[in-house]
Amino acid sequence: MNIKNRKISGKILSELYVSFFKIGALTFGGGLAMLPMLKRELVDSKKWVTEEEILDMYAIGQCTPGIIAVNTATFVGFQEAGILGGVIATLGMVSPSLIIICLIASILKNFISLPAVQHALAGIRIMVCAMMLQTVVTMAQKGVKDKLGVFLFLAGFLIASFTPVPLALVVIASALTGMIAKKHEGGKQA
Amino acid sequence: MIYIRLFYEFFKIGLFAIGGGMATLPFLMDLTAKYDWYTKAELTNMIAISQSTPGPVGINMATYAGYNAAGIPGAVVATLSLVAPALVIIMVIAKFLADFNENKTVQAAFYGIRPAVAALIGYAVWELVKISLTIVNGNGVTAIDYPGAFLCAAAFGIMQIKYCKKLHPLVWIIIGAVIGIVLKL
Repeated sequence: MNIKNRKISGKILSELYVSFFKIGALTFGGGLAMLPMLKRELVDSKKWVTEEEILDMYAIGQCTPGIIAVNTATFVGFQEAGILGGVIATLGMVSPSLIIICLIASILKNFISLPAVQHALAGIRIMVCAMMLQTVVTMAQKGVKDKLGVFLFLAGFLIASFTPVPLALVVIASALTGMIAKKHEGGKQA
Repeated sequence: MIYIRLFYEFFKIGLFAIGGGMATLPFLMDLTAKYDWYTKAELTNMIAISQSTPGPVGINMATYAGYNAAGIPGAVVATLSLVAPALVIIMVIAKFLADFNENKTVQAAFYGIRPAVAALIGYAVWELVKISLTIVNGNGVTAIDYPGAFLCAAAFGIMQIKYCKKLHPLVWIIIGAVIGIVLKL
């Protein structure tokens, strides 16, 4: 994936902003749910990237910090128009969220004391619990593959729940454990 | 100054929340203990709204958290701070590391990170369950909210059915709202 050798014009920057604004405004859910929309806009309509390149970006997005869909925007923008392109595409992606969420949050503030809204939110909270439990199950199924995975899962859960250890430290320690375990494995084979 | 605090906290989240939007949840949960920006109950509302509005869930939650903390400027600061670390990292990877995700060391690190991320989200969800499915009675004693716990278990059970697994979160949120209004939860 090389940066295309072309003069960065205002036109490409505004196209990047508009395209990613559209993707951010029209997709629900983020992550994999965004793939069809990304493909339609970036591959079929704009021909900025191929479908394989999008899948590569998703693979990288899963191994890097940040929100996967936003990382894809940064990647495509950077590839098309350098650092400025990366920044503009990222801003385009997050702009709809900023507008929509601020609107809803300010509206909800005025209605939150209504009994009907309170009842609805109480019901919604129960459904959110069920959905989030489902998310944990799915993520554990995908991430926990062996004994070490089970150990890291249990250790991470217990440390986060019962100690004041910063969560960032749990992430770093797990990364190091993974690297040491793989190195040990490699050493045994050799 | 609240904006500097928002920048610091959300930049940190952007740096350590690896593997997608929901990975930000445990960090957002931890902020409830540190600041009075939002409560755990409000965080549950934020998740519901973030899942049922357009845009990446992680961005929506950060925007909402920032808005609760300091209005529209807070929303802008939180969102931009969240994406800043990845912006830099992704451009560096794009320029120098074409086969980043095939790198052995990177793969080994993720072999360890994936179960940990699932665990951290598990911790955050457990906190949500504790406040959403309990009630505090007149004597200040916390007890299990049996109707709520039953509804949650039933919904979770139905979600295991193959067809229902693919339903959009918005569907569940609407069902939840209707049940809440009808049963006056």
